[in-house]
Amino acid sequence: MIRKLVSMSLVLPALLLAGCEVGTKVTDQVGYRGAGLNQIALKRTLPAADVIPEPLYELTPEMRQGPTAKQTYQNVQVLGDLSAEEFNYTMAAISGWVAPVEGENGGCNYCHNPENMASDEKYTKIVARKMLQMTRDINANWTPHFSLSQYAGKGAGVTCWTCHRGQPVPKYNWSAALPDPKGIVGNKHGQNAPAKSVAYASLPTDPFAALLQGKNIISVQATSAYPSQYVESIQKTEKTYGLMMHMSQGLGVNCTYCHNSQNFASWSLSRPQRVNAWYGIRMVRDINDNYITALGKVWPANRLGPAGDPKKVFCTTCHQGKNKPLGGANMLKDYPALKGTPHDMSAPPAPPMDALPAPVPVAAADTARPAA
Amino acid sequence: MAYQNIFTQVQVHGELEDGVPLPAGNDPRFGPFGFTYWMGKLGGTQIGPVYLGTLGVASLLTGTIAFLIIGFNFWAQVNWDPIQFVRQLFWLSLEPPPAKYGLQILPPLAEGGWWLISGAFLTASVLLWWARTYRRAVELQMGTHVAWAFASAIWLYLVLGFIRPLAMGSWAEAVPFGIFPHLDWTAAFSIRYGNLFYNPFHALSIVFLYGSTLLFAMHGATILAVGRYGGEREIEQITDRGTASERAALFWRWTMGFNATMESIHRWAWWFAVLTTLTGGIGILLTGTAVDNWYLWAVEHKFAPAYPSTGIVDPATLPGAPQ
Repeated sequence: MIRKLVSMSLVLPALLLAGCEVGTKVTDQVGYRGAGLNQIALKRTLPAADVIPEPLYELTPEMRQGPTAKQTYQNVQVLGDLSAEEFNYTMAAISGWVAPVEGENGGCNYCHNPENMASDEKYTKIVARKMLQMTRDINANWTPHFSLSQYAGKGAGVTCWTCHRGQPVPKYNWSAALPDPKGIVGNKHGQNAPAKSVAYASLPTDPFAALLQGKNIISVQATSAYPSQYVESIQKTEKTYGLMMHMSQGLGVNCTYCHNSQNFASWSLSRPQRVNAWYGIRMVRDINDNYITALGKVWPANRLGPAGDPKKVFCTTCHQGKNKPLGGANMLKDYPALKGTPHDMSAPPAPPMDALPAPVPVAAADTARPAA
Repeated sequence: MAYQNIFTQVQVHGELEDGVPLPAGNDPRFGPFGFTYWMGKLGGTQIGPVYLGTLGVASLLTGTIAFLIIGFNFWAQVNWDPIQFVRQLFWLSLEPPPAKYGLQILPPLAEGGWWLISGAFLTASVLLWWARTYRRAVELQMGTHVAWAFASAIWLYLVLGFIRPLAMGSWAEAVPFGIFPHLDWTAAFSIRYGNLFYNPFHALSIVFLYGSTLLFAMHGATILAVGRYGGEREIEQITDRGTASERAALFWRWTMGFNATMESIHRWAWWFAVLTTLTGGIGILLTGTAVDNWYLWAVEHKFAPAYPSTGIVDPATLPGAPQ
């Protein structure tokens, strides 16, 4: 009996502790003492260093001179002002980042008709053009999101690789959840399921459709100590909470990376990282609304989610578990073509996608010249 | 060392015992059913007699209905799959109606209607059980302390699920029936209302909750420690203080200067337990009705600790900021 009790007293705590992570921790104090402003990571589960592809060849200043792409090739709508050589350099890099698998439908052929490189007949070329505009917009106009990068002011930004990592569709994406069924059968009201998207909490499993597109308000706390006209429900709070769980997971950080948990809403208690995150959320909405959703019917059925909307971006798409994507590496410096021109942030966004100009028809005869 | 074990080492009992006769108008009792060694390890060895009565039957019936409504809703949510029902049990939830229904008496069943119905049955069950604890104590010519302590817990339950939602004008403010979901609700509730740690009644509730565990540990340890002198016979020790009581009291006077008495320690324990849920209920009731952001309230009343400003401003207030 005694032996049973002793063995039970040893086994039971071991079972209870089974959920704990044993191992060396890496801790970092990131704010005022005593407020729990710490980052704690398990050393052996720290994400591995990312693969960062080297440029295929060096882009020399001489290569950036000479006839432009639009003088040399047909139907170059975004990168036409580059030299043809820089244009080719950029195209080669993009094909390696997005569709590296060679073959009938890989490499250049993933977007281009090899018989007529200028043709817009493949939907992937329309998407790629939009993505180039997006990348240039991000690098030129969403610089506040990169203001804490070690390359801030020196060309911090993104390339296609930041999200794509060698895959035509970035691995981490979201699309809207299917609407709940009528009645109670199979109806969990969009929550109460062990979902990775919200760190296996019972929070709403798709906080993205409501908060990472459009202009819905994310903050939930009242700005006055006493009741006013301001009403936000607990359900709305859970949606915001779910989004924050996603951000925490996607960046590999905890709440106190940005917030002082004394008061999540207070900006004067927050770290500067929260400002970056604030711009990041607006940037993600811009990407989703004005570039991805804007492509509208361009997306074929196999690129849509179960609810019929395209696969969109969230924090994990770029960050992939790191507070700085790719460990903060500056890939952009080798690809000046991906830097766009700044515009006024408050200017109206690009027109919606249905208004996109139809692909420019290119006569086969015109493609006798080498096409891009 | 038998008296130092958490299990009863020596089980002493006589014949099966039916208890005192009850006044007229009472139902017959069931049992007693016999002795069990294993229950004797934890408490008394005799099982029964059980007094069911009208209140007991009504309470069990309404409670079972509430339990089944919740359980069948859970099961339906996983498309009647018994394996998924078990696997997802901790995540599943019967949610209150969404905010758009306000205080509507019966929203659609799938949108909180079942929550209201099961809540009504559960509340009926709890209140009937309360009446049962009260009436059984009266019939046994005891005090009604158990009933009033239970009433304090019911107060917190009613504030969370009924009184505060009424005051806020929306069932959506109430707690879902679910294991993880009610915990996520608690966290979201604190976040929405600006950090519940700055709610002074929440603070009082924590004081009494932790205080209860402290008192429980002190009292339990004291009585076990004087078990070799018959200290567990607490009622006799109240009226006829023996050496167990003397030694226990002396121990606390030596270590902290004063002692509770054999009787007063139970009043301490009762009040700490009762005040935990009483103050907690007040704190919940004031949240959203009298105070919308407890952190800002604490700043205004100068008891939120001030940390140096990080100098960060809300980017939405900067000129030219995106929406």
